[in-house]
Amino acid sequence: MKLNLEKMNGCSVIFIQEERIDAHNSGELKEYILHMIEHGEVNIIVQLESVRFIDSSGLGALLSGYKNAAAKSGKLALACCKQQVLSMFELTRLNRVFEIYTDLNEAFESEA
Amino acid sequence: MCNSILQVDVIIPTQTKYLDLIGSIGEHIAKDLDDFSGDREALAYHLNLVLTEATTNAIKHATLITPKDTVRISIHIQDNELNIKVYDHGQGFDLENVPLPDFDQPKESGMGLYFIRTLMDSVTYKKQSDCNVLEIIKYL
Repeated sequence: MKLNLEKMNGCSVIFIQEERIDAHNSGELKEYILHMIEHGEVNIIVQLESVRFIDSSGLGALLSGYKNAAAKSGKLALACCKQQVLSMFELTRLNRVFEIYTDLNEAFESEA
Repeated sequence: MCNSILQVDVIIPTQTKYLDLIGSIGEHIAKDLDDFSGDREALAYHLNLVLTEATTNAIKHATLITPKDTVRISIHIQDNELNIKVYDHGQGFDLENVPLPDFDQPKESGMGLYFIRTLMDSVTYKKQSDCNVLEIIKYL
């Protein structure tokens, strides 16, 4: 799983550098987020601009991060979803669970 | 491409690195359909997703028993019916007893078959003598 991590405005922003999140790389993403949370990075934004495809295991990895961050009084939000990726969150009603922002600025403003 | 008949058969090792290949085949087929008046981009994503989910399931079932197994995926289009068959050699499962996801208390797994059932028109899973077949039909 290719990704970059940057600290921005007090948040840990994960820039996913893959076009696809599926069962081949979702386990790695899940472990990466879990590792961050275990090390105290509990305010996370996942930037999904490069992602044009996500499957159920990818949604599961993000949901795992959301639950683990919430369990430590943190938050995992999403930003920059392409329309078809967003439609997967809508189909599973996970758009009611995650805070999904149009861009990072909107995400930072809501954190402020 | 003529929609009257198209047949694609792929056999892959039970490794998830091939999911991209299988999904991409579905996407290309959707984008090249001649006589499709619906949302082509949506169909392309849905076929990518359904093939990815079905193949993932087959890989998971197979690797539990025989790690060096293969998965066969067959895609057939005829008379505006798109038929996908995914063959696995695992123990199989009862499709009718797979519950819908709990949307109020979402879990990290169990959404794959929901996607397949929601996005396609017919889904069956049959145990045959030497393998199991997940058959998915989409009317174009």
